[in-house]
Amino acid sequence: MPAEQVVDQARRSLHAVARTPGVPKPDPLLVADGVRRSFGGVNAVDVDHLEVQKHVITALIGPNGAGKTTFFNLMTGFDRPDTGSWVFDGTPLGGVAASRVAKAGMVRTFQLTKALARMTVLENMRLGARDQPGENLFTALVKPLWAPREREITDKAMALLERFKLDAKKDDFAGSLSGGQRKLLEMARALMSDPTLVMLDEPMAGVNPALTQSLLGHITDLRDTGTTVLFVEHDMHMVRHISDWVVVMAQGQVVAEGPPGEVMADQAVIDAYLGAHHDTDLGDDALLDEGGVIDAEAEAEAEAEADTEEKKP
Amino acid sequence: MRALACLDRTVAARRAGAGLLLLLLVALTTSLVAAPARAAAAPCTPDSGTACLNITVTSPDTGPAAGVTVTVEGGGGEVSATTDATGRASVPVTEAGDYTVTVDESTLPAGTVLRDPAANAATVPVVLGRSAGRIFQVVPPGAEGGDSGPAPGATDGGTSTSPSGGATQTAPADETGESAEANAGPGTNRYAQLVLSGLVFGVLLALASLGANLIYGTTGLSNFAHGELVTLGGMTAFMAVQWWDLPLWLAIVVATLAGAVVGWLLNQLIFAPLRRRGVGITQQMIVTIGLALAGLSLFLFLYGAQPAPIVSGISARIQLGPVQISGQSLLSVGVAVVVLAAVALTLSRTRLGRATRAVSDNPALAAATGIKVESIISGVWVVSAGLASLGGVLLALYLNSTRFNFGSTLLLLMFAAITLGGLGSPLGAVVGAVVIGLVVELSTIVLPSDMRYASALVILILVLLIRPQGILGRAERIG
Amino acid sequence: MDFGQLLTNVLTEMTGPTAIAYALAAIGLNIHFGLTGLINMGQAGFMLLGAYGFAVSTIAGAPLWLAFLVAIGAAVVFALILGLPTLKLRGDYLAIVTIAAAEIVRMVGRSTALTEITGGSEGLTGNSFKSTFQDASPLPDDRWALGPVTLATNASNSWWLRIVGWTLVLLACLFVWRLVRSPWGRVLRGIREDEDAVRALGKNVYSYKLQALVLGGVFGALGGVVFVLASSVQADSLGRPVTFNTWTILLLGGAATVLGPVLGSLLFWGALVFVRGFLRGAVPADVLSVQQVEQIGWVLVGITLILLIVFRPQGILGDKKELAINAR
Repeated sequence: MPAEQVVDQARRSLHAVARTPGVPKPDPLLVADGVRRSFGGVNAVDVDHLEVQKHVITALIGPNGAGKTTFFNLMTGFDRPDTGSWVFDGTPLGGVAASRVAKAGMVRTFQLTKALARMTVLENMRLGARDQPGENLFTALVKPLWAPREREITDKAMALLERFKLDAKKDDFAGSLSGGQRKLLEMARALMSDPTLVMLDEPMAGVNPALTQSLLGHITDLRDTGTTVLFVEHDMHMVRHISDWVVVMAQGQVVAEGPPGEVMADQAVIDAYLGAHHDTDLGDDALLDEGGVIDAEAEAEAEAEADTEEKKP
Repeated sequence: MRALACLDRTVAARRAGAGLLLLLLVALTTSLVAAPARAAAAPCTPDSGTACLNITVTSPDTGPAAGVTVTVEGGGGEVSATTDATGRASVPVTEAGDYTVTVDESTLPAGTVLRDPAANAATVPVVLGRSAGRIFQVVPPGAEGGDSGPAPGATDGGTSTSPSGGATQTAPADETGESAEANAGPGTNRYAQLVLSGLVFGVLLALASLGANLIYGTTGLSNFAHGELVTLGGMTAFMAVQWWDLPLWLAIVVATLAGAVVGWLLNQLIFAPLRRRGVGITQQMIVTIGLALAGLSLFLFLYGAQPAPIVSGISARIQLGPVQISGQSLLSVGVAVVVLAAVALTLSRTRLGRATRAVSDNPALAAATGIKVESIISGVWVVSAGLASLGGVLLALYLNSTRFNFGSTLLLLMFAAITLGGLGSPLGAVVGAVVIGLVVELSTIVLPSDMRYASALVILILVLLIRPQGILGRAERIG
Repeated sequence: MDFGQLLTNVLTEMTGPTAIAYALAAIGLNIHFGLTGLINMGQAGFMLLGAYGFAVSTIAGAPLWLAFLVAIGAAVVFALILGLPTLKLRGDYLAIVTIAAAEIVRMVGRSTALTEITGGSEGLTGNSFKSTFQDASPLPDDRWALGPVTLATNASNSWWLRIVGWTLVLLACLFVWRLVRSPWGRVLRGIREDEDAVRALGKNVYSYKLQALVLGGVFGALGGVVFVLASSVQADSLGRPVTFNTWTILLLGGAATVLGPVLGSLLFWGALVFVRGFLRGAVPADVLSVQQVEQIGWVLVGITLILLIVFRPQGILGDKKELAINAR
């Protein structure tokens, strides 16, 4: 399979890359330069230079408040930086609206899953598709103009749902799914548009441990079928297990980069995490036992945030 | 578990229903008590064969002028009528067409003349089945026409018609109600006077709108019934002074307490159960719309459409440099400033205030740290409605009278003040209200006075374009 | 009490121009709220602009089709002015801006400064702009009876207006039905659930919200035209209470359903006329005057709205299951 070869080559080429923050990559898909965003005088994100290698899985880690999600928001057009520019697949995307970023092939998911609760699973999936002429107001009025494309979309959606084992739920409201199933749905929905780069914000947060393994499998599958993955995660075991390259952020800056094994032994990284996970050896399997605790924290945090968001729609 | 939840829901729903009934009962009893004291309602009712010609003679300073003779000519006849205590005379006519209305200037109250003598003998078109109206304004000699009043186009007052028996509810359109301050007599600088009245109006508006902002801050709810709470205050004070002969200060206290009690009831009977059932904020907002609709009509039912002045008679004016201010307004502003300062201190210095701000910031976190969120919200409702009522009384004193739709006309200005200041920021609401007050008053320099509320709303929209988070609000973090 | 007469009145009102006008306005509001989740508190402003657009252009000599186009155009421009700046902001800003803008339209319309054009607070009498519409009627000038309802064929509250009005309602329902079941409607529903998610899927949320606002506003304007063709253009008769009634109608029938707004309007006006007529018949006039009966009617409307939210938030046609899912 040529796809496999491409992935293999991309992974191998990373061996030669220096382990310094902001190092250039042999085949970068996303290149960010001088991206800075401050909230009330505090620099939430202050990235001098960062490159994301094509065809591999890159993990973005760092303690809470390191600016990972804000960096995601900036890259995908959900927030505007104070300064900075970035290029995705040869296209500069600074200041481009979120929807056009997604159209360019950079699709994201959210830390708090955004399943469209009062729509069915299948409708959620169809919404992820692109090039549906019926999404234009005037074309929508004449069904024959969009019905053929709708059939293609439905077939593709069903195939993806089968892959993610959600096909039995296709007519259920997305709001009735469990937290883990919603994560799967959101990921599957993002794939409807055949993105070049998938950005996953904490794909494991709040997911039932029984689903963890299949989620990991789906993410490596993505890479193996040619999609580049960038994800934010707190679960160090997962990071160590599936990522090809790890970028560490602290206080808005990139403090370390490298393959997972090396980075997690790095003194700077351990320092960055001090206070968050005291005496733990990062990436140690012992963390798996604590994984539940971390997840519970993330869940509690997510719930608190969801509550406030509900209050202020 | 599910059964329990279900049970809880029905109980909550039943409680909410019972609460509504109770509210209605309370309102109806008050109306029965109130009924005998009311003067005879408008004697003329338009139907398919009749139209009513309502003539009002009123002074912006002293209120309605009674005992003025007006003559209506047209439709092949001539009828004379005399204005009653509310300054109104109602003449039924049975033929459509143009009628000429003339005020007998010799019967005007002593020391007054028509503001626009040229507009005497006004022509009013009459359509059968409707009411037509004409307002004549009287002023002290020397103030007629001139530059101290609003633009000449507006001086002969508005006319109003309303379809009868049809399908439309028409809010009687007295929205040009002008403050005493805005058209003070000779010896004043017009611009300074307008700035003063803008400040006064702004401070009073701040007091009235502060409560809505507190509610928004703690629960996220935009309370469309806030205007009715303001009316409630004005009407309670009107009843206290005019019907029960209480002194003004006591009336102010009674009105504030009445507001606080209603606020407590509203939360206890309606909004707390809705929150417990997890009803969305949009739905809760629609409930407040229902309350506003019911409240407005209830006030109309109870008090009729005529203005209800809390204090009759003329309040002495005090000269301060280039400006004049009436004793009533001075009293209102004094009370408002003291209360605003007290609320600000409570919010910033006391434990209770800090708890309230914690709930505004993040209810889940506040609950986790041991703050009793529900009792804080209940307290906020009490304070909010009490402040609204108090604001209603003071605004009514400043604008000379209250009316069934008094609060609902001010509702948008209050929303504008809150939004301008930044939703959920109490200090911002005060700043926003003062800006709105100044805009409303100063806009009369360039715009006809019946567009002055509109000008404030235009400013609101413009500010939102430039600074969506309001003047003092924080920019939000997205994502 | 004469129940036959009462029921005739109820029937006349249920099928009358007011119910038609409100049904059209509620269909528009349904596109805003039920479909897209936009909180438009100024639907009366769209209606009033439609009414002014139609009446003023007719008085200026425009033919019927042009007057309709002017009414629609006025709503489109109003929606763009409101939507372009606010649809990027948080949802509750739209509510405040729309309610403020509708009030501005009303205040400017009734202002003495515009008496020449809008007739100020007295408005424009029906006879000054109805002629082109009535002349377009193929019916002879007569009074026809259908069952217990006897009406003029062409004048004011006529059969002709009802035929045109209900045709408009039918077309609007078909239109909405087609759109709801299209990919376009799917995007709107996605926006209602979570606009950030839809944005992340590459849809231009801003543009869709603007389309929805314009489209719903146009139906509001058509409702306004029907409303004034039966009476006169008067700024105060299309004020804030009209918006609130439209909301009640939408929630009564069921938001996000195709026929909900129409059913809601029929029931709303039927019930209101029934209650008023019943009270007038049952309570002597010296206890409750005609105006007071009317006011009680409006108090009941407010209470109905509250009870609806408390006990049947999905309305008559809504899907309880769909509503029970808390949108997170």
